[in-house]
Amino acid sequence: MGEIFLKMEKVTKIFPGVKALDEINLEVETGEIHVLLGENGAGKSTLIKILTGLYQPDGGSIYIKGDAVKSNSPQQALAAGIVPIYQELNLIQELDVTENIFMGREIKKIERFGILDREKMENRTKEILTELNQNISPTALIQDLGVGKQQMVEIGKALSVDVNLLILDEPTSALGKDEVKELFRTMRHLKEKGVTIIFISHKLDEVKEIGDRVTVLRDGKYISTKNIADVSEDDLVREMVGRDIKNQFPKVKIEKGAEALRVKNLSRAGVVNNVSLRAYRGKVLGIAGLVGSGRTELVRTIIGADRKDSGEIYIHGQKVEINHPKDALKYGMVLLTEDRKNQGLFLDQTVEFNCTSANLNKYKQNVLLDLTRQKEDTVGLIRSLQIKTPSTQTKVKQLSGGNQQKVVIGKWLNTEADIFIFDEPTRGIDVGAKVEVYNVINELTNRGVAVIMVSSELPEILGISDHILVISEGKVTAEFEAEEATQEKIMSAATINGGINNAV
Amino acid sequence: MQSKEAVGINISGGTTNWRKLLFDKLGSLLGLIVLMIILTFASPYFLTVNNLTNVLQQASINALVASGMLLAILTAGIDLSVGSVLALSISVSGIVIINFGLNPVLGILACLFVGGTAGMTNGLLLTKLRLPHPFIATLGMMNVARGLALIITGASPVSGFPDWIQFIGSGYIGPIPFSFILVIVAVIIFHYFLNRTTLGRHIYAVGGNIEAARLSGIDTDRVLTWVYTISGFMAAMGGIVLMGKVNAAYPLAGLSYELDAIAAVIIGGASFLGGVGTIWGTLIGAMIIAVIRNGLNLLGVSPDLQTVVIGAVIIGAVYIDVLRRQKK
Ligand SMILES: Nc1ncnc2c1ncn2[C@@H]1O[C@H](COP(=O)(O)OP(=O)(O)OP(=O)(O)O)[C@@H](O)[C@H]1O
Ligand SMILES: [Mg+2]
Repeated sequence: MGEIFLKMEKVTKIFPGVKALDEINLEVETGEIHVLLGENGAGKSTLIKILTGLYQPDGGSIYIKGDAVKSNSPQQALAAGIVPIYQELNLIQELDVTENIFMGREIKKIERFGILDREKMENRTKEILTELNQNISPTALIQDLGVGKQQMVEIGKALSVDVNLLILDEPTSALGKDEVKELFRTMRHLKEKGVTIIFISHKLDEVKEIGDRVTVLRDGKYISTKNIADVSEDDLVREMVGRDIKNQFPKVKIEKGAEALRVKNLSRAGVVNNVSLRAYRGKVLGIAGLVGSGRTELVRTIIGADRKDSGEIYIHGQKVEINHPKDALKYGMVLLTEDRKNQGLFLDQTVEFNCTSANLNKYKQNVLLDLTRQKEDTVGLIRSLQIKTPSTQTKVKQLSGGNQQKVVIGKWLNTEADIFIFDEPTRGIDVGAKVEVYNVINELTNRGVAVIMVSSELPEILGISDHILVISEGKVTAEFEAEEATQEKIMSAATINGGINNAV
Repeated sequence: MQSKEAVGINISGGTTNWRKLLFDKLGSLLGLIVLMIILTFASPYFLTVNNLTNVLQQASINALVASGMLLAILTAGIDLSVGSVLALSISVSGIVIINFGLNPVLGILACLFVGGTAGMTNGLLLTKLRLPHPFIATLGMMNVARGLALIITGASPVSGFPDWIQFIGSGYIGPIPFSFILVIVAVIIFHYFLNRTTLGRHIYAVGGNIEAARLSGIDTDRVLTWVYTISGFMAAMGGIVLMGKVNAAYPLAGLSYELDAIAAVIIGGASFLGGVGTIWGTLIGAMIIAVIRNGLNLLGVSPDLQTVVIGAVIIGAVYIDVLRRQKK
């Protein structure tokens, strides 16, 4: 056994109504990649935040290289070389990439007068991003980048400081295959240099690929620590959820119904290029493609969140004009956005507020809203999606990341829409809960709803879709029936540039 | 799955909700109580029926105006025009009633109509012209409305209103000022409006995350237009009380009322970032300001120094709130 870098002993953290951590132990060796695994709400992020001084523990002790940590604050942790990348992105949307990377540690020309050396910072930013093989301009505004690119900037920010312990809380949930590859390459490189890494992910194949050892948490309790080489993915699932998951993709095939949505020659300058597609009642249309290929822009344009330049949209055979998401909602079409924090949730509001926010008219009784029915529906959603929350009145910002994602799904399920567009619906959701989301999709199609699902996870695309479109550089480059599609075929279509539009 | 235990913890959060409501409010309410206790000891006149009803009346106009301001602040905006809109509304009302001999009931409706229209104009400037921040539109309106009020009145007051209008501003029902009863009615309506109607909930949604609101199919422009319309309307309501109280409509009425209104909303626990705040908090905020003014008067503190104290109180109250949030 190597030298122990970090030891956490009987760490306990209590939030109002929840014992988030119950005497957790964690031992991380110097230079290893240690994986934290557990269901949504198991306590992973909380444990990390205690380690980085963001939260103070209610009990237990922390040792770094054998020395007890008496007091801990984010500044002290950073000074000790403990660098976290939190689950929710913390970039400033209005500033550019360089300013975000050097936030608080700006390089100055003349130290005394605080005059910034912009050129030096930009060059350094370019270096860091090149090292990650990212083609992102140092002067790009964060708000103009997709979440995948934002995540890479966040990683770049962490790499720009001297790090002893790098903590990555679900860095890959917003990343595509290629970016994950770059991240892993960088992680291995850091590991060779002796950096210790804590890595959190719900994707077990990634855990197997990159991890050395794994510690499993369940419901705030310590379950086990194992060498990853000694366990299978199934073993990990069993440790995490306490049972086997037999079928990861419980697909139910439904008879193809009438055409619900037809998009004809839709374009939006620079991002969506002459796309046509059809979605049918009872069917799932999967949209695959690399991160940044224009999938998100496509679905945003369809529901009127972004303005289209040309193209037509037909709903149930009728040509419609959609200029605002409210128009789409009126025609029964909704979009679950990929960026839950900035586009999906009202973080300061309760679970109930969020779950009912897209369809308040449903509860209108004369003038006032019917609170009893709101609560009933919310409780129903909490049950069916297994949202882990102390009550319907808990603020959403107090839920774990995966549970927040479930709230966004709940918000849309609570509409009477019959065309559902999901952009990365299972982002940050644990293995068990994913199955629940797929079951929900099955229920929807069974009800005659048309589903469109954008996803970066190919197994999910292959396992749940009936029909698959592949997008590259804003164009449809291939189209498959689910039966004939394979990961290889999709990947090769996803990397074509400017293919022919052979859709519909 | 362990879903049942995980989900079944405390789904019936109904009772905790009330306790939380009380606790959230406790900060400013506690402040008000402490303040009153101190003043009771500092001045023998403070805790008299006469004085307390006086305080309630003082608080009334600000409470009405601040209710509208609360909506603007809930949407992460601001309405700087309330004082001027108040002046314009009562000026129009005074002229049509006194100079043109219009039925006073219609004159009062005209007052509310002018307030609502000025407010709606703010909202439309914001949403249709896409002016970057309500600060701009309402700053413009602040000047335009004040100017119009001066022009139409020829810069002099109009007075001589019927008794029932004076009663709105200075009458009593039992020991309670009628204007304060008006406030209570307004606050109860606002409470239901904000928590139990679609528009009210959409106001919190727009303030909490405007992009998420838009993507949830909420017509954010419509919500914002309503917010400023209601704010203008409530300014006019405050104006009616003022007009009744002094039995006059004058173009320089409501000078710097926007500052007292903003102070009441912020002392009442609302956040400038939007999405957080309650009407009860705002009411307490308005009372705190009135109690401080009254107390300083009783203690013989000069008006100039009073301004300094109010400024310090605003900063102190918000700082306490910041501390409370950090603790959580
Ligand atoms: N600030 C907070 N206030 C109250 N409760 C909290 C807070 N942060 C987390 N919790 C609760 O603590 C528990 C553990 O949350 P945590 O975020 O650590 O889960 P996680 O393992 O990271 O889950 P996920 O995989 O969904 O990210 C959850 O039940 C959550 O609701
Ligand atoms: Mg987490």
